[in-house]
Amino acid sequence: MSDEQTQSSTQSNIVSGLIAVLRTVSVPVIAVLLAALIGAFILSISGASPLAAYSALLKGAFGNMDAFTRTLEKATPLVFSGLAVAFAFKGGLFNIGAQGQLLFGAIISAYLGFAIEGLPAYIHAPLALLGGAVAGALFAAIPGALKTYTGAHEVITTIMLNYIAINITDYLADGPWKDPSPTNIVARTPKILDSAVIPDLAGFPVGFLISVLFAAIIWWLLQHTTVGFEIRTVGQNPDAAEYSGVKVALTVILAMVISGFIAGLGGAVETQGVVGRYQPGFNVGLGFDGITIALLGKTHPFGVIPAAILVGAMEAGSSQMQFSANVANEIVDVIQALILFFVAADVIIRWLLRIREEEAGVKLTTGWGQ
Amino acid sequence: MDKAKTWKRFFKQWGALIVLGILVIIGVGYYYLREPKITEAILASAVRQATPLVLGALCGLIGERSGIINIGIEGQMLMSAFTGYLVNVYTGNLFLAVAVGVATGALLGLLLAFMSVTLKVDQIIGGTVINIVAVGITGYFYQVGLTTEGKLAPIALGGLADLPIVGRALFNNPPITYAAIILVLVVHYVLFYTRWGLRTRAVGEHPRAADTVGVNVYLMRYVNVIIGGGIAGLGGVFLTLEAVGSFERLMTNGRGFVALAVMIFGKWTPLGSWGAALLFGMTSAIQTQIQFAGVVDIPHQFIGMLPYLLTIIVLAGVVGRSRPPAAVGVPYEKE
Repeated sequence: MSDEQTQSSTQSNIVSGLIAVLRTVSVPVIAVLLAALIGAFILSISGASPLAAYSALLKGAFGNMDAFTRTLEKATPLVFSGLAVAFAFKGGLFNIGAQGQLLFGAIISAYLGFAIEGLPAYIHAPLALLGGAVAGALFAAIPGALKTYTGAHEVITTIMLNYIAINITDYLADGPWKDPSPTNIVARTPKILDSAVIPDLAGFPVGFLISVLFAAIIWWLLQHTTVGFEIRTVGQNPDAAEYSGVKVALTVILAMVISGFIAGLGGAVETQGVVGRYQPGFNVGLGFDGITIALLGKTHPFGVIPAAILVGAMEAGSSQMQFSANVANEIVDVIQALILFFVAADVIIRWLLRIREEEAGVKLTTGWGQ
Repeated sequence: MDKAKTWKRFFKQWGALIVLGILVIIGVGYYYLREPKITEAILASAVRQATPLVLGALCGLIGERSGIINIGIEGQMLMSAFTGYLVNVYTGNLFLAVAVGVATGALLGLLLAFMSVTLKVDQIIGGTVINIVAVGITGYFYQVGLTTEGKLAPIALGGLADLPIVGRALFNNPPITYAAIILVLVVHYVLFYTRWGLRTRAVGEHPRAADTVGVNVYLMRYVNVIIGGGIAGLGGVFLTLEAVGSFERLMTNGRGFVALAVMIFGKWTPLGSWGAALLFGMTSAIQTQIQFAGVVDIPHQFIGMLPYLLTIIVLAGVVGRSRPPAAVGVPYEKE
């Protein structure tokens, strides 16, 4: 083979690779644009200027270093919740309970953060993170076991467990673990000790680095380990998996436990990196955003990161938008919901762009009500 | 022989619910002898708490009987509760408000049908989209401080309302609660005794066979999901126009999902769902009573968890297994 031929074949490889990447990202990108367009329409019928609103949003999210730090801070728990949902998807499970698992992670890490004294930071902070992650994992084991042994579909059990988690964490923050300082009148835990805090490095939140690192670990786990392979097989075809000797029951529980571990870790990072204590109402909605982010990121561990940054930017910029363009910041929720719609109903976009159907994804309706 | 078998099957399916029901009736009777006023109040509250649940369950079962899973009931209720409330705020016309709420639910039903029948989106994701869209839109357009002219008032049905024990609970209710009871009977009749019902069930159990004999599978699914949405919408306006009188963000509080448990508990039948909804309503009523009376010193959060725990227990099949329609959740491809 001559040099020329090799070169041209490398080139065509790069070109076809680029086309493949473009094809993969085209649906999410167009979904975001369509959602922004409809969002602009809603803004203008409610009497606001879409241009002013969106430019304030962008400025609030990326305008300066502080804004960008805030965006990454907002994106951090979202990477975790997106990863948690995406990971469960790979195993054919719809973990709507990332919210509850995240709450447990957040409160347990807060407890370990304020209750254990005298540890050096390099032990205390990781210990509290691990405690939060394990709490999330244990809480996620419940719907996993219920699905395996009783057939109760995880969508309803995880949503019910979300409400139960809210009640239990509220009780803890307003009861046994309530901040005892005389000035405190609300339900919240004491501040965590300095040794449990995850610091910022020169304005860059370390929590975000942890989330990116974790995305890489999850990618490796899914693509290069036996466990990951088994989880993916169960997600695509449980019958074939069973036939080829995979223990489906255990794999389902394990997939749920790992998903809960990720969500719990997200809650712990939020507590130790941003909030500094557990306070009811501070982490609401993060788990549900995880669904949007997982689908927007095409359930790929690395796809979740840009999706989380996008949603994080919307969260970070919305207060600036409310302040300078006088737009209620809930418009961001509407746009996110629209993004979810267009990503879920990607048939619409595929039809617009004449893109071929991709290979079939996992079926979440399997085992409904049985 | 055959008769014995039928009875055996009947008891296998309904035994748990019937035994529970008898226990509840004995309990109510016993308590009535001691505290007649409180018992009547609890019963009346149970019937009203059951209303949104049974309406949600009817929505779910009409959809599932035709083969479409609807986990967007929560969103349909929330959105209808909101639009119905807004219409009441700006026009003061309660009838119009209820109608708009029902139409809102039906419209979201149309969206769900479009996603799951035409676009063949995974039905669980389709329903989740509706839930999240509803939270976003109601959150954005909600304004604090709106007030209304009033809400739907109870109508006493003459002397029936004075009957002991059940009078106050069954015959002195606001209109949507009556409507829910009537709808249970109507849906039961339509589903099991009409051609439409037969076709709906055929489409949910074996769409290919139904298609072969000329039933329009897509149309049946569309219409059933849209009607279901309207019924869920009625459940939504119940909350704003009959129960509370105002709107709050996220006010459905998981009722749309609890309704699905009610549907499963009721074995995908209207009458069964009504019984199950009454049991759920009963726990909520007793829960409120305990909190109100302050008889036991349990943190309110633990009492607040009860309906959700009960839902999980029902789903886990502790009170008997049941079988959903065979083709539920599977998009139908015409050949």
